[in-house]
Order: sequence, then structure tokens, then C-alpha cells
Amino acid sequence: MPDAPEPITRPGQALLVQFWRENPIFRQVLGICSALAVTNLIFNTALMCAGLIWTTTLSSLTVSVLRDAVPKRVRVMVQVLIIAVYVIVVDIVFRTFFYETHQNIAAYVGLIITNCIVLGRLEAFASKNPPLLSAADGLGAGLGYSLILMCVAAIREVLGFGTVFKNTAWETVVLRGWEPGVYETWWRNWTIMVIPPGAFFVLAIVVWAAKAWALRQEAAAPKEGGS
Amino acid sequence: MIAQAAAETSPGTMLVLVLLSAALTDNILLTRFLGMCPFLSISRQLRSAFGMGLAVIFVTTGTCVLNYLLYVYLLRPLAAYGVPAESLKLILFIVVIAGFVQLMEMLIERISMKLYFSLGIFLPLITVNCAILGASLFMVNHVASKGFGLVQVLLYGFGTGLGWFVAIMLMAGIRHRLKNARIPPALEGAGITLIITGIMAMAFVIFQGMIKI
Repeated sequence: MPDAPEPITRPGQALLVQFWRENPIFRQVLGICSALAVTNLIFNTALMCAGLIWTTTLSSLTVSVLRDAVPKRVRVMVQVLIIAVYVIVVDIVFRTFFYETHQNIAAYVGLIITNCIVLGRLEAFASKNPPLLSAADGLGAGLGYSLILMCVAAIREVLGFGTVFKNTAWETVVLRGWEPGVYETWWRNWTIMVIPPGAFFVLAIVVWAAKAWALRQEAAAPKEGGS
Repeated sequence: MIAQAAAETSPGTMLVLVLLSAALTDNILLTRFLGMCPFLSISRQLRSAFGMGLAVIFVTTGTCVLNYLLYVYLLRPLAAYGVPAESLKLILFIVVIAGFVQLMEMLIERISMKLYFSLGIFLPLITVNCAILGASLFMVNHVASKGFGLVQVLLYGFGTGLGWFVAIMLMAGIRHRLKNARIPPALEGAGITLIITGIMAMAFVIFQGMIKI
């Protein structure tokens, strides 16, 4: 971001910076809009994250290749259209291979277009840097985003349904639920994790933990001039 | 579910239901998490939250209606000729939204400078507000599953914007009070805002049982 201590020159470095140090979610809290709603199931979240990684990587690459050819005034519009093209590809692929799941998350897949991370990276990085670097930056942002969301999804699904990969072929029961007459164990599913407010609480806790850890690391390693 | 309620009630009640469910129980921000980025960043100040909220109401209403007309009278007939309407609607909607926002910005600048400074400066940000595109995409779902007509779509768009407005105003008010609170350093900013939003969301979701949605 603006006060980057040193210019980013290597693709691997760009990827790592986006993945952890400038992680889009817990550093900037951007772009949770399009995917937070589906985080009560791990599989849906994985699909959304895959779609986002694909979109942000390839649109970063494309915008970077075209960065000198596009007039400044229509820049944002062109960027949005490029994103839209990649999102449509995602939409078609999901519709073909994961039809059942796609029925539930179709609107959210479309919303990747307005995901703040994708546009933010294009505007802040890809429109000023060479292609390979930009692609790595986009990939890093996508992966960093997926890391946090997958954590949220894992917590929500396991506590909310007691399962992993519900509604797919790999569905496994991790915590056997409490049902009168059928089986009774110590575990009772948390409804709050399934309904929307649960996502806010879990995300807040994940962001809190990640930020606390990062703060502690910064305090432990005194100023070395950047990283 | 609205359709069930509508079958038993008068058309007027149905319209009220559409409006109330869009604004409260199906609140686009609190139950679908759309428009979170401006919500988190702009809710720091009451004044700008108000301006942004008004702009969102205005734009969701306008773009929902425009997109509805385009979807029903242009895309759906074209689908018969092999045009992939379901995929094309994404591009069409975002272009309509961007165009609408640009047009409104220019109009407002011409009409009144005062209005421009209270509302117009938020308009460019709105193109990438997920809530606007989200409202249009969910509108299409409602048209398919519940048979929304033009009036319902108008109310749905308005209700969605209103719900977002209410949520951001509440949040701005709470954050104003929060300035004096002592918050753990790692939880400051986004963390505490998310927790407050979660509590607010619980209050809104509760109504789902009351308004038969």
C-alpha cells in the first residue's frame, strides 16, 4: 500500500506481501462482501475462493498488459469489464461442473465483479507494474483472502452442522449431533453459526487473532527497516 | 415465501411485505453481507454515512428498475435465440449501474452544488458497491421465483437501499459513542465494528419470524 517501505521487484515477494503482511482481509478489511454469505459451508467457500483467485490473478495480468493502452479516463470502466469477463468464465465453469452448488451461490459468484479486493489490486498495483509482478500480486491477494475465509468457513460449518464438506460426496460427520430418540451425545449444533450473524462474530474473532499475532511479532522484532 | 403470503393476502399487503422484508429481515448488509467495504470505512462519520446512505437508496431504486426492464424485455427474449442471457446479465447490469451513476453525478452537479457536496461526491464510490449489483442480481432471482412485477421491483430496490441506509446510520451512531470506549488494540477498527454488526444483525434477523418471509 502507499507507505510500502521498499519497492516490490520480485514476483515471489509481491505474492508474500499480499498473502500475509498486507493481507486484504485482516489488514484492510476489504472484499468480504461477496463471499462471507456463503461461509457456512466449506465447499461453497472453497468454490468462491477459487473463483476469486482466478479472477484476481488473471485480471491483474490483463490490466497490467493493457496498462499503457487504456486511457486514464475510462480506466475503471475497462477494469470492471475485464473482471466481468473472467467472472463470467467462472460462472459458466461452475454452472457446468457444480450445478447443485451453483444454484445456491449464483448471485454471489456474479458479485465477484464488485469485490473490492480485485478492483483495489488492479487500481493500486496492476495499473502501474509489469505483468508477471502484477499476476503474483493478484495471486497473493487471492490466497490471503482465501486463507482467512476458509478458516471462517471451517469454524462455522463444524460448529454449526457438525460436518465437513456438507452436501458433497465427501461429507463427513465430525461432531455427531444431538437428536432426541436417534442418538444423544454431548454435542449440540450451534444454530448461531449457521445464520448470518455468526459470520460476523467468527470473522471478527479470526481477524482479532491474526492481528494480535501480527502485532506481537512486530513488537518482538524491533525496527529492521521494512521486512 | 413472499409468494405464499401474497396468495393469501391482498395486493397492497404484498407490497408492504416486499418493502419490509427487503429493508428489515432480508437486509442486504446484515444478512447478505453486501456493501461491507463502504459500510466499514464510511460509518466513521455520521454526516458522510447519511450522504452515502441516501445515494445508495437512490441508485438501488433506479438501477433495479432499469435492470428489471432490460432483463425482462431485452435479455429474456434474446435467450430464445441462443444468447447466454444468464451470463450476459452480469456485464449488462454493471454497465447500466456505471452509466446510471455517471449520469446522476453529472445531473446533480448541474442542478445543485449543495446537493452535489452532500450526495454527489459519494456517487463514484457507488459503482463498486456490492449492494447495488447485489440488489439487481437478487431482484432477478425474485423475478424468477416469486414473480415480481415492476411495482414490486421498484419497492424491492427502494427497500434494499433503505435497509442499507438504516444499517449504516445505526452503525455511525454507535461508532460515534465508541470513541470513548477502551478497546483491545488488536480489536480496534474492523474487529470491533464486525462484532457490533453481528449484534445488530441478530436484532434484524429476529424479525424473520414476524414478517413471514
